[in-house]
Amino acid sequence: MFENIGEMLVLFWRTVMALPMTWRQRHKVFEQFFEIGNASLLMVCILSFFIGGETALQTGPFLAERSFGGYLGGIVGYSVCRELAPILMAILIAGRIGSAMAAEIGSMRVYQEIDALRTMNINPIHYLILPRMVAIAIALPLLVLFAILVGWMGGAVVSAANNRIDIPIQAFFKNLQEVVQFRDVGNGLFKSFCFALIIGIVSCHQGLVTIGGPRGIGRSVTKAVVNSIVLIIIFDYILTRVMLK
Amino acid sequence: MSAPNSNNHDGVGVEVRGLRKGFNGQEVLKGLNFKVQPGEIFVIMGPSGSGKSVLLKQIIGLDLPDEGEILINGESIQSPDVMEKYRMAMVFQSGALLNSLTVAENVGLYLAEHRLKPPEEIEHIVSRNLEIVGLKGTEEKMPSELSGGMKKRVAIARALIVEPQLILYDEPTSELDPMSAAVIGEEILKLNKRTQVTSIVVSHDRELAFGVADRIAVIIDGNIVAVGTPDEVKNNRAETVQKFLHADIKRPTEG
Repeated sequence: MFENIGEMLVLFWRTVMALPMTWRQRHKVFEQFFEIGNASLLMVCILSFFIGGETALQTGPFLAERSFGGYLGGIVGYSVCRELAPILMAILIAGRIGSAMAAEIGSMRVYQEIDALRTMNINPIHYLILPRMVAIAIALPLLVLFAILVGWMGGAVVSAANNRIDIPIQAFFKNLQEVVQFRDVGNGLFKSFCFALIIGIVSCHQGLVTIGGPRGIGRSVTKAVVNSIVLIIIFDYILTRVMLK
Repeated sequence: MSAPNSNNHDGVGVEVRGLRKGFNGQEVLKGLNFKVQPGEIFVIMGPSGSGKSVLLKQIIGLDLPDEGEILINGESIQSPDVMEKYRMAMVFQSGALLNSLTVAENVGLYLAEHRLKPPEEIEHIVSRNLEIVGLKGTEEKMPSELSGGMKKRVAIARALIVEPQLILYDEPTSELDPMSAAVIGEEILKLNKRTQVTSIVVSHDRELAFGVADRIAVIIDGNIVAVGTPDEVKNNRAETVQKFLHADIKRPTEG
């Protein structure tokens, strides 16, 4: 376990050192970026709408019964942008993109494509890891920003449509505007940036250490997703603690 | 690696001294010593699991030996500038083509990634190299659309793009039908004749080995048990060598 953490830190450091090569690899970064967006946008849209809606549905009737319904916009807005959108989108991306990264790099490792790159003096970190890391570090915060907006919409729609809550959309957003500050959205985006780095490093590392045939690739994919999610939840607590007002 | 089209086109000499390598406490290579002359086709034969592919990985620097050294033109492979100084290429057993790239992108990858030529020139060189291996017109195909033999020929074309001074072939005819295997053998000979590249071929294909080799080494259980010209190896009286060279399927006796 500690060996793995050490290897991941070394991989992360080497990727950071390779950052000046990003412009040279920009086509691959765009390719990865669009792949992440393409594979996740619809899912993010559906998931975040229902997250916002469900948060409103869980808390709305309780607040409305006690005449605190006017605070619903703030509660939904705050919880979606600071916690729910970053962590749930990160888990979604770990499952959808992290697994794909581990599988692709793992299969390249097993079928000697990475060795072939090395014999051509092509650094696998520049060619494979850097574009994926940069792409996910940009894409996940953008997806989370989108998820926050859609989540708020979901909360507003459910608040207005549900008879037990019955808060107009304008009132929902008025309260949200009073409570949620840019800093809160910024916190959520910063968290998602950290989660993106975790998913990228864990998945790429698992891909690079894959051994064996198809079974080995399967094992790496499972490990990449599970380890990413565990680390995301641990780091979520640490980041929340650090960024608490 | 030095850039292709530099003035140095001659093959390099390779010397392996006291090479040992083990995995998980088990020794795979047990102190190998041999020399390959510049421009020579040197075939390393041996049964599966005898350490042939491990040896190739050591020679090209993909893996480090536990003991001993590998010299390229007298310079250790581990010294920092050797990989830059000499052009080396390897044709992997599976071809190891990048599945997400087309044939043309695979062949031109080295030049494109190191930005050694403008794209139009790379396109021209790729076409020429594919023509050499008899695969002109496959530029836009994906590796998944190629047969095993074609993949290996694309891998040879990719290796050629480096204009190598040393080329390593890992089981170039494995999983191929006899006709495709013969084509690969011819490619190895043609390439050697045309460029004087030093070639090290790892194979357990007897026909290929005796067809292309200037010299053959037989490696069994991590040790070299015979080295010499094809005739010398054929006439070697050692039991292990004869057993390996003449291993045939024995039909069970009836009744």
